[in-house]
Amino acid sequence: MNTTKFEIQKLNLFYGDMHALKDVNMTIKDKSITALIGPSGCGKSTFIRTLNRMNDLIENVKITGSVHLDEQDIYKDYDVIHLRKKVGMVFQKPNPFPMSIYDNVAYGPRAHGIKQRTQLDEIVEHSLKQAAIWDEVKDRLKANAFGLSGGQQQRLCIARALAISPEVVLMDEPTSALDPISTAKIEELAGELKKEYTIVIVTHNMQQAGRISDQTAFFLNGEVVEFDNTVQLFNTPRDSRTENYITGRFG
Amino acid sequence: MSLRVMLDTEIRELTESLITMGTSIEKAIDNTIRALLQQDVALAESVIKGDDYFDFLEIEIEKRAIAVISTQQPVASDLRRIFSTIKIVTDMERIADHCCDISKITIALADKQYVKPLVDIPKMAQLVKDMVRMTVDCFIEQDVIKARLICASDDAIDDYYQLVIRDVTSMLREPDADVEQLLRILMIAKYFERMADHATNIAEWVVYSVEGKHFAAQ
Repeated sequence: MNTTKFEIQKLNLFYGDMHALKDVNMTIKDKSITALIGPSGCGKSTFIRTLNRMNDLIENVKITGSVHLDEQDIYKDYDVIHLRKKVGMVFQKPNPFPMSIYDNVAYGPRAHGIKQRTQLDEIVEHSLKQAAIWDEVKDRLKANAFGLSGGQQQRLCIARALAISPEVVLMDEPTSALDPISTAKIEELAGELKKEYTIVIVTHNMQQAGRISDQTAFFLNGEVVEFDNTVQLFNTPRDSRTENYITGRFG
Repeated sequence: MSLRVMLDTEIRELTESLITMGTSIEKAIDNTIRALLQQDVALAESVIKGDDYFDFLEIEIEKRAIAVISTQQPVASDLRRIFSTIKIVTDMERIADHCCDISKITIALADKQYVKPLVDIPKMAQLVKDMVRMTVDCFIEQDVIKARLICASDDAIDDYYQLVIRDVTSMLREPDADVEQLLRILMIAKYFERMADHATNIAEWVVYSVEGKHFAAQ
């Protein structure tokens, strides 16, 4: 039985007057993959961004309720730098920095004060290996990251997230801009990564949620309609709204 | 056509094929019973000949169901319904096989009189036929209550089967017993009993399709 990584209780989020998350309760287990599904605008991206306080950057945001990470409320006396180190993020579109492959991965560790070349080399190699891209780039680490394919860039971004040894990796539609082969690589990678990391992934691809996740949450209009183990949710959803959404009867 | 409409159309067409198979099997059971009681060789032969049609239907429905799964990736009630369809055609095909088995015995026994008039077997056969008809209905209507009734009637079939065993056993003890014929009659009862089991399976798959739970495991 996995221990609890995140405990979210009565989480509400407002963008000004817009009530974007409504009384969200969720327990995210350590070293597992949790998929968030739901139609556009349902709050899943907003929700994933509450887990590393990315919404803090947006004006007029009000958050109530609590998000506990390893039993500590991240919205109360919590160092955001420390939080972002523990909770890494990968976005929808690959966003490598305009620098070499090596420097992209070394960026985070350097920012955290690691300067020794041998140690950086080690981190870069390890992270690229964990992101399943080492073999493809080991001979051109000094090349610009923009020269990589979209799928490779996304895995580089995952390597960059892993380089600062996070405990959680948040992925916001990480494969929506990728072809099926690159998508399959990222999915396999997610399966490998969950041995060491807790993964939360937003996806519009229902089959992807079914394939890779242990638990799935269905969001609708800012509420979590159903949160269950993935097989249960896709085989016998308890709520008719979930059934309608996953079978395409929605709306 | 929207994706949802395409899937609905596929599921409807699958269901229609299943209904066609089900009603044809009802007819086959009816002919099997008539051929047996009237010792009608021609009718029994037509039942045997008709079996190829059921094998063909089974494969066709399976192929279509697999195509829907691979191209449309259905989930939840859609997937359960398609999966149940695949399981149900297997049971239906077995029922058709048993019609064939019984008809072969009908032909084998055609040139002699039955040692005594068949009493329990026709009643049993009628009940099996009713069960099969109900399974088709309950699949069309996705009617769980009817499905549970079918499962319950299986006990009555088992009772008839026990009666036939007892009857045959006592007749076998007679000094001039026609052992070969009696054993064949016992086989007929066994085939009807198996048909009822398959009808019960079908009903259980309807329950699974609707509720996502196996009736037997509840």
